[in-house]
Amino acid sequence: MNFLRVTITRMAYAALLLVAVLILNFTLMHLAPGDVADTIAQSAGGIDAEALEQIRREYGLDQPFIVQLGGYIGRVLQFDLGYSFFYSRPVTDLILDRLPATLLLVIAAQILALTVGVVFGVISARKPNGIFSHFVTLASLVGYSAPVFWTGLLMLVMFSLILPWFPVAGMRDVTIENGNIFIHTVDVARHLVLPMVTLASIFVALYSRLSRASMIEVLGSDYVRTAKAKGLKSNQVVYKHALKNAISPVITLAGLQLSAIVSGAVLVETVFSWPGLGTLAFQSIIARDTPTILGILFFSSLVVIVGNQVTDLVLRLVDPRVGSKK
Amino acid sequence: MTEPLLKVQNLRVELTTRNGTAPVIDDVSFELHAGENLSFVGESGCGKSMTALAIMGLLPEGIGRITAGSIMFDGQELTELSQERLRRIRGNDISMIFQEPMTSLNPVYTIGEQIVEVLLAHQSISRADAWAEAATLLDAVRIPKARERLKDYPFQLSGGQRQRVMIAIALACKPKVLIADEPTTALDVTVQAQIFDLLRDLRQETGTSIILITHDMGAVAEMAERMIVMYAGRIAEIGAVDDIIGTPRHPYTKGLISCVPHVLAHVTDEKQPLTEVPGIVPSLREFGKDQCLFASRCQHRTQQCLTARPQSVNFDGAQSADCWHAGTL
Ligand SMILES: Nc1ncnc2c1ncn2[C@@H]1O[C@H](COP(=O)(O)OP(=O)(O)O)[C@@H](O)[C@H]1O
Ligand SMILES: [Mg+2]
Repeated sequence: MNFLRVTITRMAYAALLLVAVLILNFTLMHLAPGDVADTIAQSAGGIDAEALEQIRREYGLDQPFIVQLGGYIGRVLQFDLGYSFFYSRPVTDLILDRLPATLLLVIAAQILALTVGVVFGVISARKPNGIFSHFVTLASLVGYSAPVFWTGLLMLVMFSLILPWFPVAGMRDVTIENGNIFIHTVDVARHLVLPMVTLASIFVALYSRLSRASMIEVLGSDYVRTAKAKGLKSNQVVYKHALKNAISPVITLAGLQLSAIVSGAVLVETVFSWPGLGTLAFQSIIARDTPTILGILFFSSLVVIVGNQVTDLVLRLVDPRVGSKK
Repeated sequence: MTEPLLKVQNLRVELTTRNGTAPVIDDVSFELHAGENLSFVGESGCGKSMTALAIMGLLPEGIGRITAGSIMFDGQELTELSQERLRRIRGNDISMIFQEPMTSLNPVYTIGEQIVEVLLAHQSISRADAWAEAATLLDAVRIPKARERLKDYPFQLSGGQRQRVMIAIALACKPKVLIADEPTTALDVTVQAQIFDLLRDLRQETGTSIILITHDMGAVAEMAERMIVMYAGRIAEIGAVDDIIGTPRHPYTKGLISCVPHVLAHVTDEKQPLTEVPGIVPSLREFGKDQCLFASRCQHRTQQCLTARPQSVNFDGAQSADCWHAGTL
């Protein structure tokens, strides 16, 4: 089947891309001064050159670059991302521990940004000169130009300190000891609100501007005129006929923004002490914990690549012309 | 004579653009009787589409509006109806097909869905019955293997097939009036003839009145009983097709007809494109002036033509032309 073949081809490309990312990451890290041995030496309070060589030999750091690279890729393909000396744990465990929190934040923020952005865009496209339309343009401008950590701090001050509606930091309230699933879900959700809104704020601006433009164009199209000429209700014309066409470029943009969202998450997580990959990345960079940094880079690439595949799939569902023979 | 199905009186439609406001339809009156085929001809930019959109209540939002006159349809004054009432008439009692079959269907829905939804919008009918009806309709517009084609998307169809689908949609609710706005302009010559044949046959089967807007004088001669020649938002000449083609009274009509030597030939014969009357249609800004708007292109022009809008001159058989010299030419 055509669809299956396309999917398989894309998976193969994605795999190639991942290997390329691995090589690039590893090379970058290798070029940066200092290595694990230095870190261990430092944490041990300084050791002599011979011991340093000993450590290097143990970890294969004395091998030629290409051998190290080959070994690294081979291990990664077996899901062995190495060992973090800083956290004294295998990197894979460390990341899998943190990944759910980041995924939750990123996906929730993306869904929120898309929903609000598209709704704003559609409403303002229906009355391009109305008050709401101008409000959206202004809000977009503010949302887009404000630095995300600043927005985050502002949110914290507003909705956590002045109005104590939401918790200040973290993902769970540790004082809740034996609650049921419902209590825990509500607890996480309450912690999620501020970081999610903060992260979404940048992207709401992007999505609402694009939906507005796309929607205005589609509303003037011949097939929308046909839909009106058929005597369909105005909501049917807008949401069934126009929106399904206007949303494609927004989905494409959302896919392209995935990497930006993941990197935005690093900042937001740091501001809100959200226990995800972002805070982990931040701490590992400070600690020069190379295996962990490499692992996080690998996983973020994986998230972005998988996200792009999903985007592609959604586009196909929305628009039958995408990927068709003709 | 019986009451006309559609009666347009002194209709004036103004368009507001960056260049100001101008009457794109200027004092237009005509009648359409049940079962009749009335054709509009005239060069591009004369206001034919605007006339059609005014009847449909689909003038471009925020740009065009009806400022005077009346459109009586089946005992209702369309210019005074609420949006909701108009919506129930559109696609149900009055349908329209457009010039651009390539872009007039929604690319992301199957043609079946697009036929079905118009049935569901106006009739109390189950979804299953609507799909069965859609197959019948597609069959009626002569698309082979109708039942299977219902699941096709527009991009899988040719231009001619898409226009057939548009016709199926327009006729789905058995409208009293079908407005066809240059339904063949964008199509190949052979396909054009097929579409005209189809429209003529469907009209015979359903008795629907048709307003046919076209450049194709041959098609007018073949299909219509009465015709209106439009120029710069006004009616230049109106009357029975045979009368007008036999003895055109307005210099513009004469020009249009003389550049189609085979006007009475059969529709299915191959046609040359319309050679233009020298000069061009004035821009929208010029519309509405108190003078003959055709004067700049007319060899019979006199001072009078430039100082006052011509009045209708009536001839035998309800033919009339808006020209100061119509009686003497
Ligand atoms: N949306 C619009 N905005 C501004 N001017 C328009 C618009 N649509 C049509 N016009 C102008 O109105 C006039 C009549 O157009 P139209 O009714 O489409 O002519 P026709 O169908 O006879 O070719 C033209 O001068 C055209 O430029
Ligand atoms: Mg037109």
